[in-house]
Amino acid sequence: MAQRQVNPNRMELLRLKKQLVTARRGHKLLKDKRDELMRQFLELIRANRALRLKVEDLLASANQDMVMARAVMDTSTLETALMAGRESLALSIDTRNVMSVKVPVFASLFEVTGEIEGLPYGLASTAGELDQAIVALHEAFPVMLELAEVEKSAQLLADEIEKTRRRVNSLEYILIPELKEQIHSIAMKMEENERGNLTRLMKVKDMIVKQAIEKARLADLKGAV
Amino acid sequence: MYQVGVIGDRDSIIGFRALGMSVLEATTGAEAEKLLTRLVEEQYAVIFITEELAEQNEALLRDLRSYKLPAIIPIPSVLGSTGLGLRQVRESVKKAVGMDIFAQDEVNQADQDKE
Repeated sequence: MAQRQVNPNRMELLRLKKQLVTARRGHKLLKDKRDELMRQFLELIRANRALRLKVEDLLASANQDMVMARAVMDTSTLETALMAGRESLALSIDTRNVMSVKVPVFASLFEVTGEIEGLPYGLASTAGELDQAIVALHEAFPVMLELAEVEKSAQLLADEIEKTRRRVNSLEYILIPELKEQIHSIAMKMEENERGNLTRLMKVKDMIVKQAIEKARLADLKGAV
Repeated sequence: MYQVGVIGDRDSIIGFRALGMSVLEATTGAEAEKLLTRLVEEQYAVIFITEELAEQNEALLRDLRSYKLPAIIPIPSVLGSTGLGLRQVRESVKKAVGMDIFAQDEVNQADQDKE
């Protein structure tokens, strides 16, 4: 572990202790965030799977109808029929905030759910199979839009979860242990200094006492003489 | 106002024209890539792309995943589903959870099917 050199003094110790408290709090918050994100994500991903299966089903049957239409109509008529058409589809986008991840919410500006009122082409030159195919696609579209929304949200959340998890881990396994280590080493150094100081004082005291005794003995000797 | 685009081979996507989506034909991965970049620049909100073409542009799609828009959604083409869509869902799971928790589900389901 790369350990930064720290000055073993009380100010540094206090600073590190404060930092450790902050790191711990951040760690706890991020962990909570990760857990909640994960819960939301799992809900989304379940919906995502279900929707995807549904869309694949719907499109498969729509494609089948389309193949039939293609079989009974010649290509140019079919294409002209489809070219004629409604104005282009537009969406409005809202944003939903999931744990401060902004995910899109799509809404179609045209009502495409449910029955369609009219096909966008004349009925004279087209086959009934084509109508079926278009109706099938119409039914599939709202589901597809929902799938788009859910799948995108799930992807964005997955990104955010990954980031959050990295942050949690780097706090838990790097920053916090490093701070603890530094605090420990400063505390040890300070204790060591304290002990060094104490022994020095005791030594000095011993010397002073010895000198005093020496002086007293000399004085006694002089008195005796 | 945002638009919806569809990229794919003609047979798979022509019907979407009747729904008013922008239908763009592409047969090769390179063509699809060009169209994708164009639609992204034009700020399409949702881009449906057939799984075959999506597969050939996986790197680009992965780059675009972390942006809020567009949502690029693979759809099965006329040839049927290749499973790419579901695979992507599982990739998200792997990314978020760190492991594929649905792999177990599928194994269980396969077991049930056997019985």
